[in-house]
Amino acid sequence: MTRTMMAALGAALLAAPAAAQEGSTLDARVNEIFAQTTGPFVNFIFAPLYGTDFPWIVMWLVVAATVFTLYFGFVQFRYFGHAIRLVKGDYSDPDDAGEVSHFQALATALSGTVGLGNIAGVAVAVGIGGPGATFWMILAGLLGMASKFTECTLGVKYRNEYEDGTVSGGPMYYLSKGFRELGLPGGGVLAVLFSIFCILGALGGGNMFQANQAHAQISGIVGDYPGWITGLVFAAVVFMVIVGGIKSIARVTEKIVPFMGILYVGAALIILIAEYDKIGWAFGQIFEGAFSGLGVAGGLVGALIQGFKRAAFSNEAGVGSAAIAHSAVKTKEPITEGFVSLLEPLIDTVVICTMTALVITISGQLIMDPQTGRFVLDEAGTAIATVDGNTGVALTSAAFAEGIGWFPYVLAVAVVLFAFSTMISWSYYGLKAWTYLFGEGRTKELVFKLIFCVFVVIGAAANLGPVIDFSDAAIFAMAVVNILGLYFLMKIVRRELGSYGKRLRTGEIVAYKN
Amino acid sequence: MTTRLVVGLDGHASGERALDFAIKQARLIGDCDLVVAYVIEWSPFSFQTAEENAQRHKRREEEISTVMSRVIDPAVNKLEGLGLKAVGKVRHGDVADTLNAIAKEQKAAQIIVARSSEGGFSSRIFGSSTFNLVKAADLPVTVVQ
Repeated sequence: MTRTMMAALGAALLAAPAAAQEGSTLDARVNEIFAQTTGPFVNFIFAPLYGTDFPWIVMWLVVAATVFTLYFGFVQFRYFGHAIRLVKGDYSDPDDAGEVSHFQALATALSGTVGLGNIAGVAVAVGIGGPGATFWMILAGLLGMASKFTECTLGVKYRNEYEDGTVSGGPMYYLSKGFRELGLPGGGVLAVLFSIFCILGALGGGNMFQANQAHAQISGIVGDYPGWITGLVFAAVVFMVIVGGIKSIARVTEKIVPFMGILYVGAALIILIAEYDKIGWAFGQIFEGAFSGLGVAGGLVGALIQGFKRAAFSNEAGVGSAAIAHSAVKTKEPITEGFVSLLEPLIDTVVICTMTALVITISGQLIMDPQTGRFVLDEAGTAIATVDGNTGVALTSAAFAEGIGWFPYVLAVAVVLFAFSTMISWSYYGLKAWTYLFGEGRTKELVFKLIFCVFVVIGAAANLGPVIDFSDAAIFAMAVVNILGLYFLMKIVRRELGSYGKRLRTGEIVAYKN
Repeated sequence: MTTRLVVGLDGHASGERALDFAIKQARLIGDCDLVVAYVIEWSPFSFQTAEENAQRHKRREEEISTVMSRVIDPAVNKLEGLGLKAVGKVRHGDVADTLNAIAKEQKAAQIIVARSSEGGFSSRIFGSSTFNLVKAADLPVTVVQ
């Protein structure tokens, strides 16, 4: 069957140039059907609070992150140093060498989150909400650290450890087991709902959005061509990894992606150092825009919504996906992984997203009225007008090109690799949710993997608008269920935190390395 | 007092040379026992996919079991057959650091390893495990040609 599929994909690729003409029609049809199908779901998730323009889902995430921050007494700041020591391995038992370390669990989770959210998502946020969105993004990142801490602690505590030595964890397990432990009804229903949304999230943000933006980046370099061609190539490679079991491709990607991340941050730093005289101005724009809106679409509320939306989409705090990735760690204390996981939003959002936002702000890509010092809106009046009308990843690319002319080429490679790495991570998250619903088994797993590959093609062919809406909606739907469960289960985490903190203070828990 | 020697094996001919040299040394010393050790190269700071992480515990057990059956058990049986006392150890980690740690933990008098001819690109850049062990060990190291 694998050979047949590969042959079919190969034939389609060979026929691609001849079919390019019909390609754009096919893209338009895919886009139309996709937008119509997902519209109601998207509208529900982003429905505004009664009498306001504020989407209830954004409020849901902000309130949760704030509640967890207060409930755990600002755990993200109190245990920050301890989290660093855990990642360094100071508290790792030498007898556990060869098992999954805290660093590895964090790096794996980060490879699923650091990517297009940091590059394209930030550009969308700043493009619509202005530089002020960055302030809300940073705040959301800092508060989101507590959400991540809560879900990842539970992810390890309630994971399934099978007889063959493999592990499975995530919200579907802590929702069902945790609720049962507390004698509460409804855990099973929440677990099933989460799994359904996780599958949609895997197909949306973890797949279609990635394929879509990877195509945008490639076509920006080589010239416009139908998206389904990129989709087929990506689908073929993803197919080879997740169905064909060619682990070497995933392994190489996992090794290259961190270096791409370092290269990206390094390039942003070089640009910021070169333009150091504008950094103060850029921060001024960020703070002023955060509270005044600086004349961008939606004003203050627009900046806030975009900041929180894109932060949540980028770092996935409260979404529950990280709990799946972190659950494989080797530790006797589940809460230690919670501490480690709180570094994720910090690295992803507070550091990397802020750098992207600063580079875009400084680059001059956002058109400003020199008379008023306010941003000029585009023709539709929904976003800030940009030089050449760039949005998403193209805006970030153009902003970096202002500082380093050749960087768009590196960025194109980085985007493709980030997209691929995120797809591989999300194919795993989606598969875990799928097997939770339908049970383990080769055929059942193959069905999900094939669906996942088909959605790569759809994502690359559809327009950014419907794709980004569906991706956001699916990921936020996961957060609805996950956070609801976390409110009931957070007392378990507080008990763990109290016990661990006491043992750490009394010296019962000691570091193996000093 | 019993003298203890730690012998680093690698599953290749070089490990066999180290073992043969250790046997000779043990016989010359007389009251001597041996610890045969194999370190599976591993770093807590490497990058893995989520699927690899989920299966890591299982893979680790398989790796230890394979090394025990293919390298350590035959070596211990050989030593015991020659009337020498021997135990086997399999650990994950940096080869040089872990061999040194095993030797310290076992209160060994020295570590015996062989110079490996199977050097890849990374060993040319970062130095071989043998070279790193000689540089960093806290006790005498004998490198067999």
